[in-house]
Amino acid sequence: MPDLIEQLYASIGQNPHEIRDDESIARIEVHKNEVLGVHLVPGLEVDAEETEDGLDAAITVTRGTRIEKPVQVCFGMMPERGLQKIVLDIRIEDEASAAIIAHCTFPFAREITHTMDAEIRVGHGAEYAYFERHVHGPEGGVRIVPKTRVTVEQGGRFSTEFELIKGRVGTIDLELEATCKAHSVMDVKARIGGAGDDRINLNEIGRLIGEGARGALTSHIAVRDAARAEVLNTLTASAPFARGHVDCKEIVQDQAVAKAVPVVEVNHPKAHVTHEAAIGSVDTKQLETLMSRGLDEDAAAALIIQGMLS
Amino acid sequence: MGVLDVEGVFLTKNGVPILNGLSLEVWEGHVHAVVGPNGAGKSTAASVIMGLAGYRDFEGDVLLGGESIKDLSVTERGRRGLTLAWQEPARFEGLSVSDFIGATLDAENREVIRESLDMVGLEPDDYIDRAVDKSLSGGERKRIELASILAMNPRVVVMDEPDSGIDVAALEHIFDNLDTLKERNTTVLLITHSPTVLRRAEHAFLMCCGRVVDKGSVDRIAPYFEQQCIPCDHKNRPEKDAAGT
Repeated sequence: MPDLIEQLYASIGQNPHEIRDDESIARIEVHKNEVLGVHLVPGLEVDAEETEDGLDAAITVTRGTRIEKPVQVCFGMMPERGLQKIVLDIRIEDEASAAIIAHCTFPFAREITHTMDAEIRVGHGAEYAYFERHVHGPEGGVRIVPKTRVTVEQGGRFSTEFELIKGRVGTIDLELEATCKAHSVMDVKARIGGAGDDRINLNEIGRLIGEGARGALTSHIAVRDAARAEVLNTLTASAPFARGHVDCKEIVQDQAVAKAVPVVEVNHPKAHVTHEAAIGSVDTKQLETLMSRGLDEDAAAALIIQGMLS
Repeated sequence: MGVLDVEGVFLTKNGVPILNGLSLEVWEGHVHAVVGPNGAGKSTAASVIMGLAGYRDFEGDVLLGGESIKDLSVTERGRRGLTLAWQEPARFEGLSVSDFIGATLDAENREVIRESLDMVGLEPDDYIDRAVDKSLSGGERKRIELASILAMNPRVVVMDEPDSGIDVAALEHIFDNLDTLKERNTTVLLITHSPTVLRRAEHAFLMCCGRVVDKGSVDRIAPYFEQQCIPCDHKNRPEKDAAGT
């Protein structure tokens, strides 16, 4: 096994043999612009082209295919500096089902830019779950720019979860636009912890355009030191019985600053969208409960934030 | 001197006197109750004893094991074995029952988490990975909070309105564990306006208008509380108290 693969897996705390030795697990491993490994399972098609700074890949789960085990994807860069541009065209065809667990790892980053431009189509009655975990180093020298456009066809289900809670964020400019047709479901979550001079900008837009479409935009952010976070969640419901919810929670410590702008728009009298946003310091009652068991204030706050971001 | 002593505490909030010379002597290994009508200052007394934010600026003293804890943080009081069960336990979004109960346990003592859940009548396998959040009923959170106290094995626990917001079955589990705490020689101070809870104690302090107006065995205090305090129209109005009525 190439050293680079060993290093990538080590940086995300995984034993590569647990994934690579299991023929039933599909996987794609990419370092900068080099495809280090691909293993496919029936019904999963990948057409990947290495580009100057990254990868241009089309991923298709063919009609009716249900992939049992999550596809393991690893995008990473071990050097301190560089650019990685990922372009993805993901198609989950009608009645198909798949989940992807993606690890994006930049453990030694000092000046790295990672962009991802993803187009996703979830077909009729199809299901697609995407989980993206970022592993960054302690320096904060990463700029992450993921832009995703999603269309969920009738009866489809789409969920995505973005997690960046280990290592320094650096800068993240996350944009996501999802359009849900009749009786489809979307569930969009982001959990990010920022410190130092990290900058976190989320702009998530959900459009519930089909009858009975449902969607939720959930953002849980914790910032400390001099970090800044700004969350703009927009959820529009424009069809009968469309239902949506926006949930933004941000915990602020030290000199950090957080801002949340939940925008809800309803264009049909039988549609309904709710929102809740809470920004503030760690709740005093939660703190005092844990402190009364003997935890010091910092440890209690860390446990509360860990829970919120879990 | 008791294991926990409150000595002549006067506390004013927003210009209104809440505690007016409150004194309590709580004996080690016994179950005591502070009983009184709503507004008597019972929960304020619990907050002062635990040193919660907003309840640290008062005249008088609070002693644990004969030493003043007035200037100690909540953490330090907890580390000395004093803890509080809230009237309405906090919700912790995303924090697992396991992490909540085990917050102060060493890795080798993690089995205590399961034992504690079992003791409060919650099946460990059903609860240990759940979050201590709004998905749990008030009764479940009360029992999980009690489990965290059992795991902590404190020297003194103050339980504020232990029957608040819970059903009969949950209350029975809480009562059962009062016996467990007593067997462990843990001192319990119940804060209550419920005759049912009061009857579980051995000794009682009757509070009115921010101070103890009587104390003694529950057998003596309980009938007086039920017959005189519950129907009383005095309702802890300071102006009446000031007039000596």
